[in-house]
Parts: sequence; C-alpha cells; structure tokens
Amino acid sequence: MRRALLAYLRNPAALLGAVLVLAVLAMGLAAPLLFPNDPLGLAGRPLQWPGANPRFPLGTDPSGRDIMAQLFHGARVSLLIGFVATLVATAIGIAIGALAGFYSGLVDTVLMRLTEAFQTLPNFLLLLVLVAVFGSQIETVTIAIGLVSWPPVARLTRAEFLTLRTREFVQAARVQGLSDLHLMLREVLPNALPPVIVYASVVMAVAILLESALAFLQLSDPNVPSWGNLIGLGRNVLRVEWYVSAIPGVAILLTILGVSLVGQGLNDALNPRITGR
Amino acid sequence: MSALSIEHLTVALPRGADRPYALTDVSLSIAPGEILCVVGESGSGKSVTATTIMRLMAPGVRVEAGRVMLGETDLASLPDEALRRLRGRRIAMVFQEPMTALNPLMAVGDQLAEMWRTHTDLSAEKIAERSLAALREVALPDPEGALRAYPHELSGGQRQRVMIAMALALEPELLICDEPTTALDVTTQAQILTLIRELQRRRGTAVLFITHDFGVVAEIADRVAVMQQGVVVEQGSVQQVLTAPSHAYTRRLLAAVPGLRAPPARKISPEAVLEIRNLGKTYRPAGIFRRRRAARALDGVSVTLRRGATLGIVGESGSGKSTLARCAVGLLAFDQGEIRIAGRPLPPARQAAAHLVQMVFQDPYASLNPRRKVGDQVAQGPIAAGTPRAKALAEAAELFALVGLEPSALARFPHEFSGGQRQRIGIARALAMKPEVLVADEPVSALDVSVQAQVLTLLRELQARLGLSILFITHDLRVAAQLCDEVAVMQNGLVVEAGPIGQVFEYPAHAYTKSLLAAVPGRGMLGV
Repeated sequence: MRRALLAYLRNPAALLGAVLVLAVLAMGLAAPLLFPNDPLGLAGRPLQWPGANPRFPLGTDPSGRDIMAQLFHGARVSLLIGFVATLVATAIGIAIGALAGFYSGLVDTVLMRLTEAFQTLPNFLLLLVLVAVFGSQIETVTIAIGLVSWPPVARLTRAEFLTLRTREFVQAARVQGLSDLHLMLREVLPNALPPVIVYASVVMAVAILLESALAFLQLSDPNVPSWGNLIGLGRNVLRVEWYVSAIPGVAILLTILGVSLVGQGLNDALNPRITGR
Repeated sequence: MSALSIEHLTVALPRGADRPYALTDVSLSIAPGEILCVVGESGSGKSVTATTIMRLMAPGVRVEAGRVMLGETDLASLPDEALRRLRGRRIAMVFQEPMTALNPLMAVGDQLAEMWRTHTDLSAEKIAERSLAALREVALPDPEGALRAYPHELSGGQRQRVMIAMALALEPELLICDEPTTALDVTTQAQILTLIRELQRRRGTAVLFITHDFGVVAEIADRVAVMQQGVVVEQGSVQQVLTAPSHAYTRRLLAAVPGLRAPPARKISPEAVLEIRNLGKTYRPAGIFRRRRAARALDGVSVTLRRGATLGIVGESGSGKSTLARCAVGLLAFDQGEIRIAGRPLPPARQAAAHLVQMVFQDPYASLNPRRKVGDQVAQGPIAAGTPRAKALAEAAELFALVGLEPSALARFPHEFSGGQRQRIGIARALAMKPEVLVADEPVSALDVSVQAQVLTLLRELQARLGLSILFITHDLRVAAQLCDEVAVMQNGLVVEAGPIGQVFEYPAHAYTKSLLAAVPGRGMLGV
C-alpha cells in the first residue's frame, strides 16, 4: 500500500489530478460559507459580464443570478451526482460480474446476456427513458445514471474473476473448506479490485457529463444549482453572452480532467509492472 | 583463439534492486566446438550473462566495465544496428519456453524462413529447400508437415527442435541456450540434449549452456562455471568440478542433488488410509462445436496409500498425475471409481473433506493470496470450521515454529517471504486442518536445488513426528527416490507399474519405467 502511495506521489500528472479534484471538493465545502444565500435566488441585473460589477466577479445569468455562487454550489451537486452514481454502478457491476465470473456456466450466460441487453441500448437514451418515467428529481436522476453505467464494470469484474478463480490460492482456500462467499469476498475480490477502482474514475467522469447533458436538455432537476443547468440556461444567449455557458463548461472540463488523471495515476500506482515506464 | 571471451564483465542493476551488481568481474571463455555450462541457482546472474552477450538486458540494467569479445568483435561497444545484424547470424539463442518464443500466428516454416530472408539474399526456392533440410537435421518426424504446422500443433519437444533449427540456420559461431530443457519432460530432455550435442559436434559451434540442473551439466558440458550472486566461484572441466569440486558452494550444491538410489526401506503400517479404486476422469470439451476430442486423463487408476507412508506418483506431463491429485482432494469431480479415506468415501461437502485431506501446491508464488496476511490464510480453515479465532491463530503460530518459520511472521504478507519460506507456509496451511492425508502436487519443483533439499528434509521430519500420510506427485525421479516409500508410475492415465520404491527403481519391470529411469540426466557422473 505504501509502495503504491509513493508511486502515486512521484507521478506529476496524477498529482495535478488530485489537486484539481481536491480544489473542486474545497469549492463545494466552502460554498455555504462564501455564498450563504440561495444560489438560485435573484441577485442583480441579468446578463452582467464578468468583471463588470465587483459584486459578481463572474457575472450574472439570464435570470439575474450570481454565476460564481452557482458555480460553487454546483460543485457539491456535480461531485455528489458523480460519487453516488459511481457507487450505484460499481455495486451493481461488481455483484453481477463477480457472480458471473465465479460460477461461469449457466449463471454466467444469463447474467452476461442481461449485461449485453443493457449495453446495446445507447445509455443516454436509456437515461432519457428512465427520467421520463420516474421524474427528474435529483435523486432519481443520480440513481438512473448509476443504472445505465454498470455494464462495463460488470464485464471488467467478470474478466478478473474468471482468471483469478482458477489461481492456486483460491483452490487452496477451497480445499480448506471455505464457503463460496468467503472465496469471492476475501480471496478473489481484493485481487480483482484495483482495475475496477481505476475504471470507477471513468464512470464518475461520465456520470458528471451525463447529468450535464440532461440538464442541457433541461431534463435534469431545475431546483438544484448544477453546472449542467447553468449551461442549459446559457444556451439561449450562447452567441452574445457566451460566458454563461462557458464558465460552468470549463468547470466541468477541469473536474473531469482531474478525475481522469487520478484514475490514470491509480492505474499506474496499483500496477507495479507498468511503473517506471 | 576463443569463440567468445568475456573479460572482467561487471553489470549494474537499476537502483532499488536487491543488490547493486548483477555480475561482478565475470571472466569466461569458450573455445570453438566447446560447450560451457554456466550453472547456478536463481539470482546467481547466469541469465543476465546470456542477455548481456546478446544485449537484450532488462531496462535499467547496464554494463559498467569489461568486454565481451565474439572472435575479434567487441560486442559491448558495437552500435545497436551492427549488433542487430550480428544476432542470428553469428550468435543465436534458444530460450526456455518454446511456446512463447515462437509466434503463435505464423507457420513454423515461415518463421524459419525469416532467418534467411532477413540475413541473406537467397531466392525463395533456395530458402524453402534449406528450411526443409534444417528441420530434417533436427530430426523432426514429418518435416514437410512441420513446415506448414503452427506452433500449437507441435509438442513441446518438437517446438524446441524447431527453435534449435532456427538458431542454427545461419551456422552461428556461438549458440546460447538458456535452460532449453527445463520446460520439457525427462525423456524429451534427454533427446534434446543429445541433439544439441550432435549438431554442435558436427558444426564446431561454441555453446554457452545455462542451467540450474547438475544432471544436465553432467550430460552435456565440456567445461563448467559455477556462479553465485553474480560471481564465478569455480570454473573447470566437467570431470573436475563434478567429482572434485574445490569451492564450498559447489560442494553444497552438489550435495543437495538428490540421489536416484532410494534409502533402505522403512517398515510401514499395513493399514490403508487412502484407497483409490478404478478412478476414471474424462475431460470433455465444452460448447456446441466440439472440435477437440474428449481426453481420457484417468483410465481406471487404483492406488493405495498406507498410514504414515509416502506414496509417490511419477510420470511425465499428460500422464494424469495432477488430475489424480485434484480428484483426491475433491477439487475435481470424477466420472467413475471410488476414493476412500480412512475407510469412508470422500464426502462431497467441502467442509467435511477439508478435515480428511489437504493439499500443498506447486507454485509457492501463486498459492498464497498476495493481499492477505499469511497468518490469516493459515488460520482461516480452522476458523471456518468453528475454532475460535484466537485459538486458531495460536495454533498457526505453533505450526509456523514447526515448519521452521518465526511465529511473528504470521502478520506479514506473502511478498516478504522467499520461495522456500512460502512453501513452508503452504505446508503449515495444509497441516492446520489436521488432515488424514496430505496431497503434495510437485511441491519442490519450482524451488532451487538447495531450497528443495531443505523442504524435502522438512517433509521427512514432519512425517516422522506427526505420522503424516503423503500422496506425493512429482516428475522428478530423484526427488521421489529420496522421499517415497512406495511409487506408482503413470503413463497416459494408467498406472503401468507400482511397488516399493527401491524395488521399482532398482529392477523396473515395465518398459516405460525403464525409459524414464534411463533418461534421468547425470546418472553416470553424479554417482547415481
């Protein structure tokens, strides 16, 4: 573990990623202290350019709301959506992949056909359907994003389980008389986890993007100050007051860059054979 | 004038390795037509010597001092491009694993032809002619068919013959063989060693032969260099080094080579603890398109292990001996026959079977979970069976002391142990369940010879102390001779001969047993 941490700290790109993610986290934590008022409340004259009014360093949106305040509060929403959706997706993916890979045979066939059924549907369309059916509160949107993102996690987990379950240490535990549950959770899963953790960073980045895309179509929860909502609001004034969409766009870009770099850094740190390359 | 001379070669390892230098002041020379064996245990630097000559070192490894002279050419100072042209033409190499050294997607003939296409401007017909002649020379059955075959269609020994044909295609001055027979069965090994010897004599090639096996050294070497920790500790003619070694390390290594003559028979109890009757197992290929034929791995095998004794199962790869071991511990279901332990059939429930039979695995690196403390791995079986955690860990500590490890090592992770220590942990793990029968599947074949001797001694001591009954699977007849009371020789899923080990090895009745014994390398020079 310490070796992996050292390897991570020696990687400048990974460190930059960690700094970006921590910065977004700090923004989210500081939001209620710096902007105690409702970020969706009316703050001033609409569409003031950044810098034009010292009260609004990043300007105001078409409804006259403070963009800076929305940006800070939006960090909480985006991270929360990313984190919870990733948790949902990896939990489902690991459970299905572990069962399919460990038991193989009929269980594997059934679970993998189910996974493929999910994978063949474009996940954004599936997301639209789920949101159309279950509504667009932030909770349903988050869980829906998780529900459309698990198939790749399941495939990855299955592949790891397929190779690991034939290893001698798993057979040794089997000969010791241990249950299947023990074999899966204590012997195989810890060894299968590193690539899954790395892939979770991709799921998180995609989850944040999916929410933004929903919000851009004004199908996300309009009552939370998410970055996607702000981009959606700026859509109507894109040609003249482009900053309304561009500022949260850059925020999303940097967050996803940060998450991806952290994922890449974890991959290098957890894969000892690649380090030093 | 020597074909190859290595002068005061010092090779540095990257920072953070277990020692600063892979090789320290190594000087070797090989005359044309001579075979020099470099022998040593893992980590002795013998493979680094080979890769340094070819300049195929791992990243970060570099030559710090010394010269490598091939005839008049200094290889260490040659530009990369010039060295590339020289590889294959003047130096060739045969690797340990013939499956991974050949491209699986290319027909054997095309790979062989590449040697001439790259290095000469012969016409296509000339190349085809030479390819065929080359395969004839290495005595492949059906050389025409072999040209069109893909590597997976040939056996391990045939693939190694192809590798040798490729290496010798351009008549190099120097042939480097890096453990070329380690992955092969003993009878195949004997054939390949004879082949290398014959071709080398006929062409006057200098051969650098790297091995860990003194038996192989005795079979093939003209001269021997013994390496330890990157230093050549002893060098001389094969006769001198093997029969009158001057260095203490050489003497220790030679003493660790197990003899083929079994010690006097012990008195063993008539009570059977493990009875295998008429066991059959067929591997049926899965899927709708059954292109492969069903393979009969066990064809009515009957063997009996007596209480407190060791029964050796010997045979070559594909003989079914590992399948037998896996059936005996319940890892594999069998189609017919019966396994009885202490008079009762082997129960299908994992938990119940765990108290009757336990297994020690072959690969000490793969058989321990890298992410869990070794103590937990030893104690988890008893804990699952209902022993309180504290008691199970206390027993694990006692077992660690019994197998010669510090009880404090319980809290460490597998990567902190050497191969031999890991195998001791594997034995402790098996003993933790207090089984009636211990099944050991090639437990020492991945270990260096001196470590192997220690583990064998440990098994013998444990057997004397605890009255263990051991089913011992091995391909190595020397190891079997030292440990087993009785032996069963397997071939193609059948037991062809069985009996007390002294009798079977001294007076083999079956032709296959005779050929196995005859193929054991180094019988003459190592004094059996």
